[in-house]
Amino acid sequence: MTMAPFTIRSEADTETFGRALAGGLRPGDVVGLCGDLGAGKTFLSGAIARAIGVPASTPVTSPTFTLINEYPGGRMPVYHMDLYRLGSPHDLYELGLWEYYGGDGVCLVEWCDRFSDLWPDDALVLTIALGTGETRTISAAGQGRGAELVTFLQSAFHS
Amino acid sequence: MAAGMRVLGIESSCDETAASVIDGNRVLSDCIASQVDVHCAYGGVVPELASRRHIVSVLPVIATALSEAGVTLDDIDGIAATAGPGLLGSLVIGLQAAKTIAMAKKVPFVGVNHLRGHLLAARLLDNTGTPIPEFPYMALLASGGHTAIYHVRNWNDIECLGQTRDDAAGEAFDKVAKLLGLGYPGGPVIDRMAAQEGEMEEFPTAFRQRDNYEFSFSGVKTAVAQRVAQMGRPSREQVDAIVRGFQKSVVDILVRKVVMAARSRQVDRVVLAGGVAANDGLRRHAAEVCATKDLQLFAPPKKRCTDNASMIALAGLLALQAGERSAMDLAPRANWPL
Repeated sequence: MTMAPFTIRSEADTETFGRALAGGLRPGDVVGLCGDLGAGKTFLSGAIARAIGVPASTPVTSPTFTLINEYPGGRMPVYHMDLYRLGSPHDLYELGLWEYYGGDGVCLVEWCDRFSDLWPDDALVLTIALGTGETRTISAAGQGRGAELVTFLQSAFHS
Repeated sequence: MAAGMRVLGIESSCDETAASVIDGNRVLSDCIASQVDVHCAYGGVVPELASRRHIVSVLPVIATALSEAGVTLDDIDGIAATAGPGLLGSLVIGLQAAKTIAMAKKVPFVGVNHLRGHLLAARLLDNTGTPIPEFPYMALLASGGHTAIYHVRNWNDIECLGQTRDDAAGEAFDKVAKLLGLGYPGGPVIDRMAAQEGEMEEFPTAFRQRDNYEFSFSGVKTAVAQRVAQMGRPSREQVDAIVRGFQKSVVDILVRKVVMAARSRQVDRVVLAGGVAANDGLRRHAAEVCATKDLQLFAPPKKRCTDNASMIALAGLLALQAGERSAMDLAPRANWPL
């Protein structure tokens, strides 16, 4: 497991972080986003999606109620998912989340720490810790492809 | 609207399985197999259960809607079902039921946009005597999954002026209720608690500038999370003050934007739609503001604000009357902006 912390001082830093990560993402990648209510998971998802080229006319909104949002129009499709409301591992099968992993686009999965034992082994997991004001710490962790992305972030992101 | 066309509507886009029969725009029956009890156990909607429940509920709900309307399938002139936006696994069940009945009874079938249904719900006639709006009107649609302002010029001429950039208003209610340990669903609890006078925390609202019809509710949610973290274990009085301030912040911006849109487009009718429109604080504040601005407010009965099948039947009836038909291979759409 490769891990690294990143310090975020402002919303602009979050956008820079999203842009840096997007530069290394390719179809099939899975990025999990964890952190408490209000940590900024949807905001970071938006920053990544925009950097992939999802046009501003497509709102990147919380998938909590919709469960899966699909955003076309970038250099690859972005699948934005949310496990917040899921009650059991069966829900994951019911939703067909597996069909998106390793597919033609990148999967951004909020509340990925629910059912973490069912998580793909080589995902990149970003855990956002709420500081004061706009300050956040993002811990990036992963193995395999996820570890590659952690290393990529270390060279690509400078706040 | 001419009576005489009877339409069966079926709704299964998210939590509720519902069926309704209307005659013209008059509601003959409006049935919902409510799943709220099942969801309470988990503090949220459980899609797997919801999906399974749709399968179990759809035929009994249709049968109940028909019998409450005093009709049989032989009396139905057309069938409408929600085709999106929503959860594919749930949508497909209502759609399949609708197609099967339409094919067996040889009546026309049309797939309906759930959001269009919400926006037309205020035009349904029932025995409550609630007045219904003529076109055009400005509508605020606020629910768990959507928050937007629509200029409704006619049933099929609808323009979205702006929508949320992050969380929906209803989602903000649920998540703030969760942060404060108030239970699910959050909207009714917060609405009830906020109705008591008292101390109030101040919370920010986003996009307050003129001619901006976008919303953002993630800022206020984060502000509540940070406030709770500062307090450690907030007292009953502190929770009450947060609840009042949160409700005021959300209600103010929702009403402000729809009123601003109506005035800017010179539309003198304002319509509330979606589950958040069942919030009493919102209805009261909208009525006060509309009265001072010479706008006529239409707040449909609460059961027509939350997800229901009458609104799907009405949107379907208008489409069918205009000659629209959907093919039997119509697929559900997870995303379907108006």
